[in-house]
Amino acid sequence: MTMLEKNIKATGSDMIQYVTVVIGGQLFGLPISQVHDVFVPESVTRVPLSAPEVAGVLNLRGRIVTAIDMRRRLHLPPLEEGQMMAVGIEYKHESYGLVIDTVGEVLTLPISSSEPNPSNLDKRWAEISGGVHRLDGRLMVILDVDRLLGAMFTEPMVAA
Amino acid sequence: MDDLLREFITETNESLDVVDVELVKFEQEPNNATILDNIFRLVHTIKGTCGFLGLPRLEGIAHAAETLMGKFRDGAPVTQEAVSLILTSIDKIKDILSELEDAEGEEPQGDDSELIAELEAMSAKADAAKNGPPVEEQGSAASQAAAEEADSTPDQTLERPLRPGEVSLDELERAFRETEIEVEIADGDGDADTAAPVAQVSESAKIEATMKIADAKAAAASDKPAAEKAPGEKKAGGGVSNKSIRVAVDTLEHLMTMVSELVLTRNQLLEIVRRHEDSEFKVPLQRLSNVTAELQEGVMATRMQPIGNAWQKLPRIVRDLSQELDKPIELDMRGAETELDRQVLELIKDPLTHMVRNSADHGLEHPAERRAAGKPEKGTITLAAYHEGGHIIIEVKDDGKGLDVAKIKSKVLERGLATEAEFDKMTDAQIHKYIFAAGFSTAANVTSVSGRGVGMDVVRNNIELIGGTVDLRSTPGKGTAFIIKIPLTLAIVSTLIVEAGGDRFAIPQLSVVELVRVQTNSEHRIERIKDTPVLRLRNKLLPLVHMSHLLGIAEAKVAEEAFDADNGFIVVMQVGSQTFGVVVDGVFHTEEIVVKPMSTMLRNLTMFSGNTILGDGSVIMIIDPNGVASAMASHASSAVAEQNEEEEAEELSRKAITNTSAISLLLFRAGSPEPKAVPLSLVTRLEEFEVSKIERSNGRDLVQYRGALMPLVYVNDGDCHKTEGTQPMLVFSDSGRSMGLVVDEIVDIVEDRMNIEVGSERPGILGSAVIKDRATEIIDLGYYLPQAFEDWFMRKEMDIEALTKKVLFVDDSPFFRNMLTPVLKAAGYDVTTCNGPGEAFELLENGAKYHAIVSDIEMPEINGFEFCEALRRDPRFRNIPILALSAMVTPASIERGRQAGFDDYVAKFDRPGLIAALKDVFSGEMGAAA
Repeated sequence: MTMLEKNIKATGSDMIQYVTVVIGGQLFGLPISQVHDVFVPESVTRVPLSAPEVAGVLNLRGRIVTAIDMRRRLHLPPLEEGQMMAVGIEYKHESYGLVIDTVGEVLTLPISSSEPNPSNLDKRWAEISGGVHRLDGRLMVILDVDRLLGAMFTEPMVAA
Repeated sequence: MDDLLREFITETNESLDVVDVELVKFEQEPNNATILDNIFRLVHTIKGTCGFLGLPRLEGIAHAAETLMGKFRDGAPVTQEAVSLILTSIDKIKDILSELEDAEGEEPQGDDSELIAELEAMSAKADAAKNGPPVEEQGSAASQAAAEEADSTPDQTLERPLRPGEVSLDELERAFRETEIEVEIADGDGDADTAAPVAQVSESAKIEATMKIADAKAAAASDKPAAEKAPGEKKAGGGVSNKSIRVAVDTLEHLMTMVSELVLTRNQLLEIVRRHEDSEFKVPLQRLSNVTAELQEGVMATRMQPIGNAWQKLPRIVRDLSQELDKPIELDMRGAETELDRQVLELIKDPLTHMVRNSADHGLEHPAERRAAGKPEKGTITLAAYHEGGHIIIEVKDDGKGLDVAKIKSKVLERGLATEAEFDKMTDAQIHKYIFAAGFSTAANVTSVSGRGVGMDVVRNNIELIGGTVDLRSTPGKGTAFIIKIPLTLAIVSTLIVEAGGDRFAIPQLSVVELVRVQTNSEHRIERIKDTPVLRLRNKLLPLVHMSHLLGIAEAKVAEEAFDADNGFIVVMQVGSQTFGVVVDGVFHTEEIVVKPMSTMLRNLTMFSGNTILGDGSVIMIIDPNGVASAMASHASSAVAEQNEEEEAEELSRKAITNTSAISLLLFRAGSPEPKAVPLSLVTRLEEFEVSKIERSNGRDLVQYRGALMPLVYVNDGDCHKTEGTQPMLVFSDSGRSMGLVVDEIVDIVEDRMNIEVGSERPGILGSAVIKDRATEIIDLGYYLPQAFEDWFMRKEMDIEALTKKVLFVDDSPFFRNMLTPVLKAAGYDVTTCNGPGEAFELLENGAKYHAIVSDIEMPEINGFEFCEALRRDPRFRNIPILALSAMVTPASIERGRQAGFDDYVAKFDRPGLIAALKDVFSGEMGAAA
């Protein structure tokens, strides 16, 4: 069962709220129930030998949060200038921060308008995308947090 | 499972542990009625509660055991079988209890009738025996017991150590007192973080209330047996239950975590205040700091338990071992009251047990042997615990025969963990350490007690897992002592903050032995063996690794540069028996940190044990010394593997073409544009002289070099030196004489195979070979040396003509024949060369006599080993010294050479080594002749 379906069951409605974020010019949406906070990642400590997507660890109000560089995760070039933002999420009782470019507004969208991934989508994108919403003039890719982080857990294990 | 049952299981388990210990004591002192009473009371309680809770199986066994003990109390003689039987019943009860716990309170099915029947039979026997002993003795024993009881019981209850999970009331009260103060400060500060632990504490206050109820229940349960006791004891028992309460371990753990957080927050606040000189927060913060420190101490104390808890099972184990192995053993336990963190305690329980088993099985001798050695028949195992610095030291010592070095050696050889040659360089202590190696077990026979091959390495791993170390001292005939050093607690670690590659890391101080500052001109500097950096530290070579290299955070090149930098620090670390240095860019300070587990995503990184938040609010990764040690080890072994691969590859190619091992060659140009080469090992020095320094005398060019005149030689006749600037040259020296070979330009030094493909008729050139993809002339030094000094090769021959020995030099390669012949001649030997074993045999068969033979190994058709073996088989040549000469010098090939019958094994380019080896065989020969 995907996170999406869980959310529907939880809210019992056919509308779902998304926190929108921009990564490399592309609009992404995260189910609002999964977003704990939005913060500016500061003094991130690098973690040597970790997966390249791991930007490092940082202190968020006394908790150690593992920051994931979403641009690197999506195989995009690093942000040249400007302040990065991060979205704090929780996965399996641990805190993670997805480092993104900017955070946008919160959108309430009907479940039914979600469409499956186009078959020609970059494989690396498709594996973390839970579908696409057509908005006015732009598309919003739904970030599937479970798949995003789940894939990162297994990867280093296999390598080891 | 209801609370009542859970309470019962915990308490019964504790009681049973006590019974175990007491029974063993009782066996030794059958007349001590206090002990017996104690056991009797405990078993009775168990029986009573079982009946109350409806556990018929347990009740049955407990009843039968109690009956038997009742007979003892009535004066029946205490026999070993009887005690063993009771112990068996106790074990049975324990088994049932654990099943009961697993089954959530459902008593497991099973039949104990056999055990009960045995117990009853024993009771009957005891009854019969009881009637035997005279009544008088009984009476006196009873009165004595009564007296003892009166004396010792109050004492005993006062000294009773806290049970696992128990906290003395004082500690808790102190913790609560501290938190109340905390509330005020936290309020004033308005800091949400500091308030959190406070909330936690008040929550546990609620728990205290429930605890009281539970306690009352427990007290009620203990009332029943207590009623049978003297009134004095009853009072004492009541006192104990008032002084301590039972708190769930989880609650304490949580409390500890919260206090750790509080400590971190305090550190952060202190850091902020440090930056603002005159802050009004200063004084209250100081107060907060003190209170926090005390609170931390208080809560830590609740986690502390006497190490005796981990030892509780040992007397029983030793007793069983003593019977099984038929060795009388005394267990001497000292410092049982030494306290340490319960988490640590849990983790060392098993290693300790294992070590005691080992001491009993391998360490102590059989009584007959001990008698013969003039020692008391009864062996002693001593367990001692004490504080030392921030650590706890635990010693497990026996007075047995000590470790058998010879046995360890043969085992190590058998297992291939080390070679004979390596042993020669080792001290006994180093050899002893092999018992910690994986897959090692010294017991000649696998007994049920120990010797299953998973011995000491597991012990060492377990101890290292909690940041401890284990060491051993052994004296032959006197015994063996294992010394375990473990940290007091795992929750708070003192670390050294270092910088490497621009990032900060924390290294646990427990594994840091010392810090060495390195500077290029100081006594401590980094040296290299090939590319491996090492540090000379007090006559020991310390392998080094750069932290950024280890963590892969810097390019290899940058790390290399960092090594060369003037100011670096080496953190000397010790993990188990491994000592190594980690080079860091900077060392800041030490800081007490609370280790936080890493996120699951990062947990596969063995190099880190966790992370934490520092005083300045940033996150820092904590280095895992064990990870670093194993990385060092695998680094080294991979290097060896690579080398082996290279050697194998070489050997393969050698089979195809002879004489193709890679050697260092110096490439230069002289006279003509094509490159020339000479083996680097033959060149003494590369020099450059001002052209003006070159003088001409007696028709030849000379320079003054080191207080003597050095003749210059040109590659081609008629060449001349440069007219201005500096003149490069290769200097060859031997026995105080030097020659300068004038070259135009030194091009490069390369590692390549020197395979002379086209021979040369031109004097001074051995031939041409492909080096670095270019045809290169290999120069013949033997041609040039006499040009400088005509008597270069003759002079010594003259001196020692009488001593001249005839040496046969066998090598298929003309290059080496040409290169080494002059060397041998220079040393005063009469050298005959031949191009292979075939020619050599011919010469020998024709009656030529030689004092020694020097043979190459890598030769076509017949290799050196076969050649040597063939010679050794022939009685005529059996006694001729034969030296092996090879480009490949590995322990394995040396061993192979020794087996083939070679007297010595020398590397091809080791000219002084060859001369020395020859000298050795001749002096040995002369010694033998004399």
